[in-house]
Amino acid sequence: MAWTREQMAARAAKELKDGYYVNLGIGIPTLVSNYVPEDVDITLQSENGMLGVGPFPLDNEVDADIINAGKQTVTELKGTSYFSSADSFAMVRGGHIDLSILGAMEVAENGDLANWMIPGKMVKGMGGAMDLVAGVRRVIVTMEHVSKDGASKLLKECSLPLTGRRVVDMVISELGVFAVDKKGDGGVTLIELADGVTVEEVKAKTKAKLSIDAGLKVA
Amino acid sequence: MANKVYKDAKSALEGVLHDGMMVMCGGFGLVGIPDRLIHAMRDAGVKNLTCVSNNAGIDGAGLGLLLEAGQVKKMISSYVGENKTFAKLYLEGKLEIEFNPQGTLAERCRAGGAGIPAFYTKTGVGTEVAKGKETKVFDGQEYVMERGLVGDLALVKAWKGDTSGNLVYRKAARNFNPMMATAAKICVAEVEELVPVGQLDPDHIHTPGIFVNRILCGAPYDKQIEQRTIRKA
Repeated sequence: MAWTREQMAARAAKELKDGYYVNLGIGIPTLVSNYVPEDVDITLQSENGMLGVGPFPLDNEVDADIINAGKQTVTELKGTSYFSSADSFAMVRGGHIDLSILGAMEVAENGDLANWMIPGKMVKGMGGAMDLVAGVRRVIVTMEHVSKDGASKLLKECSLPLTGRRVVDMVISELGVFAVDKKGDGGVTLIELADGVTVEEVKAKTKAKLSIDAGLKVA
Repeated sequence: MANKVYKDAKSALEGVLHDGMMVMCGGFGLVGIPDRLIHAMRDAGVKNLTCVSNNAGIDGAGLGLLLEAGQVKKMISSYVGENKTFAKLYLEGKLEIEFNPQGTLAERCRAGGAGIPAFYTKTGVGTEVAKGKETKVFDGQEYVMERGLVGDLALVKAWKGDTSGNLVYRKAARNFNPMMATAAKICVAEVEELVPVGQLDPDHIHTPGIFVNRILCGAPYDKQIEQRTIRKA
């Protein structure tokens, strides 16, 4: 059995360290906040100008002026701050955010990321994704390993227009966890297998240059 | 001191509108958008606008109103996914779009308002965003040059303002408003509460009045929520 979306989020949460400032993208990354370990204290940044993002409000707590970057209503915590979009991206671009977790359409073996447009289809825009992957210290992608039509999304080279060049540090898919050599040409290394998944299945579904870590963990 | 206070959005825009102008518009999603001023822009019928705004509103709200009325020629934005009218106009070839990464857009406005014509950023290096733009290596890292932006008119929304144009924003409704306020020849601000000069704490002012030419109170506001997400008690 491969990992579910929830299990992928729970695995990504293990990458969180105490004191981290973290930006979470939409989809599986948002779920990560449900799995923060008890002994780990993190602060969520939302690029629309909020640091210290709390959970969704109770029905009687909704405030139209408190939203996250996905335009969802959220709440304040003790220590929350608000700031302009320029200050927000000073945090992002200036390397002040420790970790960004986001989704992807394709990741290449050198860490190239494509997640913002498909030529010929209506383009919605990149939002803050290009700034985040360029500026945040560590970038983790959570994504399905293959597309709906069965094609691998972990590739030698991205076929779609890039969001960033050599930016991805780690990929977590339903099949396992992969370290990405974004500085060199080492490709991707399988460091952890999801429950019930075989190395053969990973190899069959991966187009990127793949190595198997000597200390491979089987979840 | 010259009077900056106008009785409503319509009168605050008198004499500053012309076809083909570039309008800088604050807000993120529907939060912190200058709703009264956008309505007045629509009613004034000014056309061929270039709108610089992170988003393009939704159908029936925000800049969606100007799109539906066919008043916008071009958008400079980072994300327009919420708007069906936008997609329709774009696919019909009636609307141009220039996508900017969100942080680059914010910095282009900040720089423009601060008299900085261009800056270098690592955002977008190696992507379509950098095509045709100058790049330069600093300390071993490649950067792309982006231009500052200055519009003809800035429309911003604040929580409180005073009669000299000082502004205080509320919570996440600050977003793009402080940069937009600085990045145009004329800035018009609408506020929820307009107070006499001297009543705002000088230490708490986000946008000093020097950036604001005209101000109006748009109350009462009935703020729309794009995605009302709640948790159970």
